Amino acid sequence: MISKEKQFLMLTRMIRIRLFESALIECQKSGEIVGSLHTYIGEEAVAVGSCVALNDDDYIAGNHRSHGHPIAKGGDINKAMAEIFGKRDGYCKGKGGSMHLADFSIGILGESGIVASSVPVATGAALASKLKNEEFISLVFFGDGASNQGACHESMNLAALWKLPVIFVCENNQFAVTTSYKDSVSVDHISDRASAYGIPGVLVDGQDALAMYEATSEAVDRARSGEGPTLIEGLTYRYEDHSLGLASVRRDQSYRSDEEVEKWKKRDPIEVLKSNMIKQEIITQKEFDQIEEKEKIAVEKAVDFARKSPFPAPEELYDDLFTDPIEYA
Amino acid sequence: MYVEALNQAIFEEMERDDSVYYMGEDVRASIYGASKGLFEAYGENRVLDTPLSENGFIGAAVGSSLVGMRPIVETLTSFMWVAMDQLISQLAKMKYMFGGQASLPVTIRAVMYYNNAAAAHHSDRNYPMFMNMPGIKIIVPTFPEDAKGLMKTAVRDNDPCIIFEDGNLGGIKGDVPDNKDKELLIPFGKGKLLREGTDCTVVGIAGGNIHALNAAEKLEKDGISVEVIDPRTLVPLDKKIILESVEKTGRLVVVDPAHKVCSAASEIISIVSEQGFWNLQAPPAKVAAEQVHVPFTQALESLIFPTEEKIMNAVKGTLE
Repeated sequence: MISKEKQFLMLTRMIRIRLFESALIECQKSGEIVGSLHTYIGEEAVAVGSCVALNDDDYIAGNHRSHGHPIAKGGDINKAMAEIFGKRDGYCKGKGGSMHLADFSIGILGESGIVASSVPVATGAALASKLKNEEFISLVFFGDGASNQGACHESMNLAALWKLPVIFVCENNQFAVTTSYKDSVSVDHISDRASAYGIPGVLVDGQDALAMYEATSEAVDRARSGEGPTLIEGLTYRYEDHSLGLASVRRDQSYRSDEEVEKWKKRDPIEVLKSNMIKQEIITQKEFDQIEEKEKIAVEKAVDFARKSPFPAPEELYDDLFTDPIEYA
Repeated sequence: MYVEALNQAIFEEMERDDSVYYMGEDVRASIYGASKGLFEAYGENRVLDTPLSENGFIGAAVGSSLVGMRPIVETLTSFMWVAMDQLISQLAKMKYMFGGQASLPVTIRAVMYYNNAAAAHHSDRNYPMFMNMPGIKIIVPTFPEDAKGLMKTAVRDNDPCIIFEDGNLGGIKGDVPDNKDKELLIPFGKGKLLREGTDCTVVGIAGGNIHALNAAEKLEKDGISVEVIDPRTLVPLDKKIILESVEKTGRLVVVDPAHKVCSAASEIISIVSEQGFWNLQAPPAKVAAEQVHVPFTQALESLIFPTEEKIMNAVKGTLE
């Protein structure tokens, strides 16, 4: 039985992600933010269900669809919002942007714009845990597209070989931009690949936060007890296009039908958790509305914080390239 | 010897700091020499033989460094190509991209084998490509003392360092100062005057210095006085020692075993042209590798790399 507190935490963070992303879409339409925007709407249960199963001092890493992961682990939405606005008070002082949120202070080792590129990095964090004989573990999020990258396979082999405390979470949102995983993955399920490394592979309903939590908790136990990695595939769906805001990426929904999108929206992850909690009689509609209202205010404050934060100054261009500055010719 | 100096440096740093560990392919057996005895001394948690997955294990080294480890990774330059994603997208960029949050004390030992019938896939000297990428410190030691002192500095440095070790220097002999205090630390960005001269400055990169010194000795017999400078690190680069030497000699030849287009030699000549132009009495010259892949046959490979003769001709060319 998952505690009431954890279920509330999951629901709160999922709502926070949804509202955060929705606010970003508005800010992009108004021209306040620039660059590409990969929203996590529809996939909230995957990150939240996994992250709530971790300890605060465990590590995560992720990918270009970067906003949901830090929020799921309890990141600061003011800093996240300011980062996406390109402002100095952002997580990365404006130098990372939407695809590269990171908060090392709470174990978020950064999101990678190159798909699968953070998989070896998270594996390395787990290696450090083993070499130092410590308790912490790491978890990495990657997509169905990334699952075809060599980096994934090399890391899973390495982690299985050395029994590293790492959890590979594949967020199968079913499309690499417009290409269906059915047209790019040689097996029925990405989780099937686990058997090639001699590790457990679990296919999970990625719209069900509680199912994600349970699968991750099991993987956490394995990792902490020295039994090595687990591959979890959360089958999910992204509601929006691959990327919003890049003029070069045509708004093209022909790769999937409206009916399909509507069908998935009917199993919305927030609704799934909410109705489950109502069924368990641990939340009322009124309490749900209160959470939503509170989160709405928090997100509005984050937008306000981002708007008010200054842009970095020109003299900050070279800051943080090296620990101590190096003068290039 | 060069390889022994590196081995000493690694031993000393592993002894000093428990967070230093060593990984690579066949490092326990130490087929290349620099990791000799490490496994016996430090065991399986400090000396890791990896699968042939350069992108995977270099990425793992990067990830471990983010959470407090100080990996030394052994590889060959030619194998770095398959790890470019982790070397560039993560190692080089993380600190800046994450606004300074990441600390990346990773030392990569990149050994360059060339001019020894290794053919195109095992003869890379790719440091100029990494010079072009911000965020990586680039070390090119020529002599055993420098190899040791720069390696130790790299291991203690909090930024990514790649030591490009010239495979032709592995057996080169040289004094390494008494290391009783175990503190032979050579700072980055400080070049070394290898030979004083007045007519022409020759800047040598890695093994290029050996040819440069031999050429200088022969040219002296012809009455030409050559100054030889070893920058020792390319990022950061000691511009001052080069510019001051050119101010004295008025001439510049750069010897670089890398391919000549966009080479370290190109960059050094560019700096001197921009910042020391009025001190030049002749156009600078580049003695770098031919812009072609390294052919297997010794009949052709021997044409590719800098030689004493090419350097002597280049120096004479600046004096015409």
